[in-house]
Amino acid sequence: MKKNLLISILMTVVTTVLFGLIYPLVVTGLAQLIFPDKANGQLVHRNGAVVGSRIIGQPFNGPKYFHSRPSAAGNGYDAGASSGSNLGPTSSKLVQRVKDSVAQLQAENPGRPIPVDLVTTSGSGLDPHISPDSAEFQVPRVARERGLSEAAVRAAVTRHTEGLQFGVLGAPRVNVLELNLDLDSLGTKQAELNQN
Amino acid sequence: MAKKNQSKSLWDAKIVRRALLDSVMKLDPRTMMKNPVMFVVEVGSVVTTILLVKDALGHQAHLGFNLQITLWLWFTVLFANFAEAMAEGRGKAQADSLRRAKSETMAHRILASGKIEQVASTQLRSGDIVTVTAGEFIPADGEVIEGVASVDESAITGESAPVIRESGGDRSAVTGGTRVLSDCIKVKVTSNPGETFLDRMIALVEGAERQKTPNEIALNILLAGLTIIFLLAVVTLQPFAVYSQSPQTVFVLVSLLVCLIPTTIGGLLSAIGIAGMDRLVQHNVLAMSGRAVEAAGDVNTLLLDKTGTITLGNRQASRFVPAPGVPEQELADAAQLSSLADETPEGRSIVVLAKEKYNLRGRELSTHQTEFIPFTAQTRMSGVNLNGFQIRKGSVDAIERYVTENGHPFPPEVRAVVEEVSRAGSTPLVVAERSRGALGVIELKDIVKGGIRERFEHLRAMGIRTVMITGDNPLTAAAIAREAGVDDFLAQATPKDKMDLIRKEQGQGKLVAMTGDGTNDAPALAQADVGVAMNTGTQAAKEAGNMVDLDSNPTKLIEVVEIGKQLLMTRGALTTFSIANDVAKYFAILPAMFAATFPVLNALNIMHLKTPQSAVLSAVIFNALIIIALIPLALRGVRYRPVGAAILLRQNLLIYGVGGVIVPFLGIKAIDMLITSVGLA
Amino acid sequence: MTGNGWLQIAILFLLVLAVTKPLGLFMARVFNREKTFLDRILRPLERLIYRLTGVDEGREMRWTEYAVSMLLFSVVSMVVLYVIQRVQGYLPWNPQKLAGVPPALAFNTAASFSTNTNWQAYVPETTMSYFTQMAGLAYHNFFSAAAGIALAIAFIRGIARRQAETLGNFWVDMTRASLWVLLPFCLVGSLVLVSQGVVQNFRAYDTVQLVEPQQVPHLNADGTAAVGPDGKPVMDTIAQQTIAQGPVASQEIIKEFGTNGGGFFNANSAHPFENPTPFTNLIEIFCIFAISAGLVYTLGHMTGSLAHGWAVWAAMAFLFLAGVTVTYWSEARGNPLLAGVNQQASATHPGGNMEGKEVRFGVANSALFATATTDTSCGAVNAMHDSFTPLGGLVPLVNIMLGEVIFGGVGSGMYGMLVFVVLSVFIAGLMVGRTPEYLGKKIESYDVKMAMLSLLIFPLIILTLAAISVVSSSFGTSSIANAGPHGLSEILYAFTSAAGNNGSAFAGINANTNWYNIALGFNTLIGRFLVVIPVLAIAGNLARKKYVAPSLGTFPVTTPLFSALLVSVILIVGALTFFPVLSLGPILEHLLMHAGTTF
Repeated sequence: MKKNLLISILMTVVTTVLFGLIYPLVVTGLAQLIFPDKANGQLVHRNGAVVGSRIIGQPFNGPKYFHSRPSAAGNGYDAGASSGSNLGPTSSKLVQRVKDSVAQLQAENPGRPIPVDLVTTSGSGLDPHISPDSAEFQVPRVARERGLSEAAVRAAVTRHTEGLQFGVLGAPRVNVLELNLDLDSLGTKQAELNQN
Repeated sequence: MAKKNQSKSLWDAKIVRRALLDSVMKLDPRTMMKNPVMFVVEVGSVVTTILLVKDALGHQAHLGFNLQITLWLWFTVLFANFAEAMAEGRGKAQADSLRRAKSETMAHRILASGKIEQVASTQLRSGDIVTVTAGEFIPADGEVIEGVASVDESAITGESAPVIRESGGDRSAVTGGTRVLSDCIKVKVTSNPGETFLDRMIALVEGAERQKTPNEIALNILLAGLTIIFLLAVVTLQPFAVYSQSPQTVFVLVSLLVCLIPTTIGGLLSAIGIAGMDRLVQHNVLAMSGRAVEAAGDVNTLLLDKTGTITLGNRQASRFVPAPGVPEQELADAAQLSSLADETPEGRSIVVLAKEKYNLRGRELSTHQTEFIPFTAQTRMSGVNLNGFQIRKGSVDAIERYVTENGHPFPPEVRAVVEEVSRAGSTPLVVAERSRGALGVIELKDIVKGGIRERFEHLRAMGIRTVMITGDNPLTAAAIAREAGVDDFLAQATPKDKMDLIRKEQGQGKLVAMTGDGTNDAPALAQADVGVAMNTGTQAAKEAGNMVDLDSNPTKLIEVVEIGKQLLMTRGALTTFSIANDVAKYFAILPAMFAATFPVLNALNIMHLKTPQSAVLSAVIFNALIIIALIPLALRGVRYRPVGAAILLRQNLLIYGVGGVIVPFLGIKAIDMLITSVGLA
Repeated sequence: MTGNGWLQIAILFLLVLAVTKPLGLFMARVFNREKTFLDRILRPLERLIYRLTGVDEGREMRWTEYAVSMLLFSVVSMVVLYVIQRVQGYLPWNPQKLAGVPPALAFNTAASFSTNTNWQAYVPETTMSYFTQMAGLAYHNFFSAAAGIALAIAFIRGIARRQAETLGNFWVDMTRASLWVLLPFCLVGSLVLVSQGVVQNFRAYDTVQLVEPQQVPHLNADGTAAVGPDGKPVMDTIAQQTIAQGPVASQEIIKEFGTNGGGFFNANSAHPFENPTPFTNLIEIFCIFAISAGLVYTLGHMTGSLAHGWAVWAAMAFLFLAGVTVTYWSEARGNPLLAGVNQQASATHPGGNMEGKEVRFGVANSALFATATTDTSCGAVNAMHDSFTPLGGLVPLVNIMLGEVIFGGVGSGMYGMLVFVVLSVFIAGLMVGRTPEYLGKKIESYDVKMAMLSLLIFPLIILTLAAISVVSSSFGTSSIANAGPHGLSEILYAFTSAAGNNGSAFAGINANTNWYNIALGFNTLIGRFLVVIPVLAIAGNLARKKYVAPSLGTFPVTTPLFSALLVSVILIVGALTFFPVLSLGPILEHLLMHAGTTF
């Protein structure tokens, strides 16, 4: 008993050094060496400033932008407080929230079925993606607001659509931040063209 | 007692009457506490009764429903008690008849001085010597030390034909309570009052001090554990119900609890055990402990003596084959001479064959010039020294040694005959004379009992390996083994070989059963996991074994094994049935509990029971009645068929598992239709 | 449900099938102390650890000493974790300057991580420093798993050994489990995760300028929207996003591989930094099952009955497939209360109930993850179970209630399953008319007693504590986020998850209160240690027994019939215990949802 208690204490100390410190430091070193971009969160720069992470969603509400999914993380897409809504399926709050979103979206694009991911919050509250259907649903509005042809916007959507990984895994998706940044730069180019 | 052909009906009126009374007596909580499952039901019944009285005084609603629930809860307890009482009933009836045999007798004790004094049988102690003459009862268990008598043992065995009991040898044991029919014997008492065979038998059939068997204890723990789990599930259901704004009455909660806990097996468990022992008694086998009966169900290897078990006891001399140069007549003469003192059936058959074939008459030999050499397990031969001749007969090895030791070659022709005889499954005995060498061979024909082969096939199908034990040489043994269909044999076995074999088998993790009767067998009987002693056997054998077969039928082990297996199977099957029943009870009671608050939960009422009250009541009634319905099964035991464990399990799972899920759905629905149509709920 | 969804489930299943034998064989070699290809590197390290800690690696332990050693180690390392949390403000690698963790929460977390539960009553991003995460939490991810593996191995030895007094040496088994089984895989696996985008750094949280700054209503302290003097709502402008960082990958891999489940971030494996791509998702689910599936093969190998190992495996596989089918079906059906929303799956649309789920995973992968994480004692989530449909959420709940024996937690799943095996064998043995025996060992009253004891503890702590909570409005129901039957499910799930050492949650419940921190903390401790002790007692008792030779009359534990019986026993025991409360929780909610009721 006494001996085993001593071993317990020593074992905790020795293995904490090995598995709690050396192991993560080794992994960090190797990760920073081999995959520096991935290991640091794939930050996106625009005009010298960091404007986000490629794989962390951002809130977009303006009509010019493709909207992300609703988010329950903090005030929405708070990447320091990831969270889902945790509303149960029979929650009246959930049902009301979806009802409101549906009403808004129907007004914007009447007669079209509303893709489910566009009115539901994600598990992390940081979902960087929407489904291709949800992007398509927003194409007319974004094209109208930006004065672009729907085809041009659709082409941008396609550029940022990821299919199934290795042809089978996951679900097809559109990266909202990248798409919106792309559209912004398109807009800039368009403006430059117009100026010339 | 147990007459062999007696098959008392399961529902003998006298037994039922007595059982009905006993089931009320058994309500004593001190008795009930031994059965945790039924004790919980009794406590539940008491609680509802108290509440019922309170309600009745306060004129509460649902009085009729609550009254019915309370009554049926009490019935549940009573039915379980009734099952136990029924199982005990038969034993009690038998015990009564045994007690009559035990009625006090006077004994004639022989004192050290040689004087004879009259004492009551109850005053006899182990070591006392008594004399018993024709017409008297033997006052206590003991061993015949002088004399021969025919004894009526029907009080114990149910067999009316008298048996011979004589001093020395393997038929010396007598049992107290049996009656001497002729002659006079001196008996050395071997038991103290209260410890006699009869006492043990009475205690056994009565189940008075029934020890729970290991598997029964384990099962009891399982059932107690399940009971606690369901107790938790039901007790905590009330807070959950309160959260859901539909609190329940105590009557409904107790009903749910009683329906869920394994009352079916809990109520029948001890009945199964008692009935199992009782079945053994019906087969005229007395097990000294329930443990032994359970062990019988687990037996892997069965050791059987060839003689008397596999073959008819007596081998018959059928042929004399002389050695080259020896006239057949001379061989026959020598054979007859050597066998004159041999009282074994084989010896007598040699004398008879010599007489029939060569008209040689048995001679009266004056003892002073004749010395008979008895058979011993060490020399393995017997014979006679007569007028300077030394005639020996015995197994081929023994005689070969004898012949060569005396300077004669052992003729290869004789060896050839020996082998031929052995291969045919007969026993060769070689006859030799010291100065002349081998004279020839006597063929003893061994006759395998009819139907024994099928019995062994039966055992094989049960997963039991049979090993034949014989003193024969390997060739003979192999031939008989083949003919009888045993799996293996041990030839030229000495008592030590037998013991070694048992130890070896046990070392491999096997359970060994054997039968035996002689004092020789005692150590092996004690070593074996299941040792069945023949009632005709010696006291030593009977004490070494853990069962006694009153019929002295060595193949009885098959029935013993089956009963052991049945015992476990019945418990397992009813446990499965009991637990499987719960599924239907949930579907009856849960929607009934909560449908008032949440009508959507009626989706779970897949039996479409009429009202919540009728649903609960039907489940409780079903739960009580199923105990009664299964009493015959518990007493008779689940049918055992030797088909291998996998098939057996599949069948039992189908019948008692799947059946256990389905039956209550039908039963509860039927009861619901009945009670709603007569307006009880 | 889509063909591609089923294909992905099939791929995962086949991967688990494929890893079972090689990993199981490898573990058998490790714990039989036979040669492995890693010995050249690890043997010196192992010896060094023994020298530093004074372990005599040749010494064997009886079950009692084995149990005491395990308990002592757990207590000591738990105390260390408690202290680390309390003083993290003074420790390095704390770029966010997070203060010490309050006592009740620190106790709950320490109890939960040292028992392989990894229940998280806290929001990691704002509570735990990088040092605490690494040296405290990730460390326990390794060692609670290694201890679990050691316990399973001890149990297997109990079955395999004959007339032996000892079960092995706890220190050696645990050390070898961590060095040979966990460490090499995690080193490689964490880098694979990084290559997919799981972060691994010591950066302070990044602050980025939002592409489109947002106007959000200003909330008063009581959570209501603030209204200005002009009667208009006061709006805040949010122009920045804080992105939490940290050494995630090194913890992420062991979180799944050791079936721990404690997320580096609050959203656990739904967070893009923990689980960025469908491929990482596949790796993570695979890791959840790998060791536990392998251990079943180890059981077969070490007891000399491979067929028995596979029969147990088959029973587990059946329950897994049944669970994933129900969850996937229910989630794909969607929520009938959401009117006007397209919940039909297509090649360009996930469909189904997407509340609480990530687009990159879709419904199939979320259902698969939820099933896997509760089949085992993992508890990581890539979607929020609280927002699952009632039946979709019922499956995870029931999986834990069954004792997490469907492959199960590393080690704990194995010995949990063996308790059911003992009971199945007992009932089967009776039904074929023989004293029950298991792989040559008779199952007697002591074994049944201990098995029942370890089974009893589960309903005892789940049902009583949940029952107290649901009727106590001041400290029980005050924490739930959803009313009606769903609230009952939230409380029930919390206590079930803690008792089962799972750690996943119907996360709407606010478990960071004194009552829940302490009650759930004790639940995790009791759920682990009081279950383990009877289990080790069985192992010690089995080891002592003589071997009993099988015969035709012995019920074979290698057949499909046995697998079927095992499945039935697990389902019947679990279902009968919990059906009443489930009927008032998820089942009632399901029926009400389809009747159009909301709460």
